[in-house]
Amino acid sequence: MTRDCQRKMSSGATMMGGALALSLIAGASLAADPIRIGVLEDQSGEFAAATIQKVHGAQLAAKEINEAGGIMGRPVELVIYDPQSDNRRYQELMRRILQRDNVDVVFAGFSSASREAVRPIVNQMDALYFYTNQYEGGVCDANVVATGAVPEQQFSTLVPWMMETYGKRVYTIAADYNFGQISAEWVRKIVEENGGEMAGEEFIPLGVSQFSQTIQNIQAAQPDVLMTLLVGTAQASFYEQAAAADLGIPMGSSVNVAQGYEHRRFDPPALEGMHVTANYIEEVDTPASRDFVERWRAMFPDETYINQPGQNSYVGLYLYKEAVERAGSTEKAAVREAIQSGEVCVDAPEGRVCIDPKSQHASHTIYLVQVGANHEISIPKVWDGIEPYWLGEAGCDLTQRDHDAQYTPSNPPAQN
Amino acid sequence: MLQEIFAFLYQFGDAFAFLVLSAAGLAIIFGMMGIINLAHGEFIMCGAYVTVTTARLGLPLPLAILCGALAAGLAGILVERLIIHRLYHRPLDSIVATWGISLIVTQTVLILLGSTMPGIGTPLGSFSIGAFSYSEYRLVLMAVAVLLLIALYLLFNTTRFGLLSRATIQKPQMAQALGVKTSRVYSLTFGLGAALAGLAGGLYAPTMTLVPTMGVTFIVESFVTVVVGGADVFLGTAPAAAVLALIKAVMTGWQGQLFGQIGLLVTVIVVIRILPRGISGWFLKERT
Repeated sequence: MTRDCQRKMSSGATMMGGALALSLIAGASLAADPIRIGVLEDQSGEFAAATIQKVHGAQLAAKEINEAGGIMGRPVELVIYDPQSDNRRYQELMRRILQRDNVDVVFAGFSSASREAVRPIVNQMDALYFYTNQYEGGVCDANVVATGAVPEQQFSTLVPWMMETYGKRVYTIAADYNFGQISAEWVRKIVEENGGEMAGEEFIPLGVSQFSQTIQNIQAAQPDVLMTLLVGTAQASFYEQAAAADLGIPMGSSVNVAQGYEHRRFDPPALEGMHVTANYIEEVDTPASRDFVERWRAMFPDETYINQPGQNSYVGLYLYKEAVERAGSTEKAAVREAIQSGEVCVDAPEGRVCIDPKSQHASHTIYLVQVGANHEISIPKVWDGIEPYWLGEAGCDLTQRDHDAQYTPSNPPAQN
Repeated sequence: MLQEIFAFLYQFGDAFAFLVLSAAGLAIIFGMMGIINLAHGEFIMCGAYVTVTTARLGLPLPLAILCGALAAGLAGILVERLIIHRLYHRPLDSIVATWGISLIVTQTVLILLGSTMPGIGTPLGSFSIGAFSYSEYRLVLMAVAVLLLIALYLLFNTTRFGLLSRATIQKPQMAQALGVKTSRVYSLTFGLGAALAGLAGGLYAPTMTLVPTMGVTFIVESFVTVVVGGADVFLGTAPAAAVLALIKAVMTGWQGQLFGQIGLLVTVIVVIRILPRGISGWFLKERT
């Protein structure tokens, strides 16, 4: 359990600007009244490999924001706990961070199970909650700002491209919980819409690490494309075992590489033929991304990989800053009103990111990431500014009322 | 038809090898010695980490795996000397103590070595039969599992160490009265169990994600196998692994991984109900 003392840094920054009269006022409020941001991200347990970067991303953003004078002149103070990849710890810590630590906003959660575990608590306390991870989509809840990529951004791009390039028979293996089940439903829907067919589907309990039989089931079905929606470090063993058995079917995913950097962890060619639609990976070669990587490595020289969750966490803090500054307040109602203007946008390392007023989800630049035989990364296609359109079109409009629900293609909002 | 038969045998062998290798160490520590060792997964992780580290330093893989087993065995002897030997007749306390060891080790590795470790890749190649292709390394794992069972049978039934070990665990006072240094036998037996866990870790290290929590993925299968098998390492573990592998291969091939796991757990419930002392308890009772 660590708690950051960002205040030290910001008081240093204030002293440097002490000659200016303005900064005296800023300095007074800096010392008096920090904006407290809760960060509940896994630093140990099953998901830690992919989520430790979310803590670092928040720390980097908080440091930069404080050095640049804070949010509305108020410094940012992070309250960080480790929920240990454990949904019950998430619930305990969410209560603690909202009731005892009185944070203004909370950034929390990697797995969709953890998000759904804390969402009722967030609603009960009527708090403001940023969920920055990519996920299966569909959360329509006034308390939640979901800034990660969603299926219409990741699958509507990836699946048609894979079917055009490799063929129309698709096989899905997915982690057996809400994320995997709903993501697989999206794949099924998009495959059908594009005139393909599902060669098979298998749902795999979290924590399974032995895949011989699964590999054989896939070979028996002879698909052209394999969608791997696997979650956690145990399930990542699939790639090594599939490569050892020479499976050799082009793979597509919305989660691997960009989150778990399997292309760095496994010996080549385990990940050969993997395609991922991500809104960020460290290898994105733009000036903004290179600059971001440099600043990150200056603060965390030992970081194994700067992944998409890390970037999303970093961008999340800046989106919050932008919304609060437009609102002129940290009150939830005011911040949501600012979001409803549709003008809360930041220039992120990935490209421009804006929050959609209806669903409180974010637009993204989507990179098609391809992994080669030596695990080298290429990006054959980039889609700019893809909107999170599905929820809004399906009837989720948070500017009108709070739905407090999660929808799926087979369970859309009731039309009335 | 032939290729389907081979495919099924391969899957059966693969599940069998995984169950035997992950359970062998536990069969000694839990099955024979009666210590509910919740740190079993951490001995496996220790073996895997040492194997990968020494392999990366240039040692050939088989030697690296032996190093992994040796390191886990030494760690086991250390743990036995420091903690376990105080808890031989306090099974509930040993649960808490070994669980604590497991938490401390996982967290220490996370802090010292980070959240992941790069893998070394699966050795050997692949081969195809009909529409299916297979990993050759998996055949090696199957062979090692069978050889290990034979070696353990010989060790416990034909060597002096095996005799002393069984005597010490069954009737410690009598063994001591006859001049056996029981505390040393306990240490060595526990160390052997830990070394076998390390061996499993080393053998599976090239095929898996290397993370501090990797031992957890072996735990369910190993406890299920030992509970179904009962106290005897050879007469218990081998038939239990064979029955469970059959159920797992059939269920997973038929309905996927979820049903494979359900099959394992239903089997253990049924076996505990009918044969409370496991398969080997039933074998041995029949004989006497």
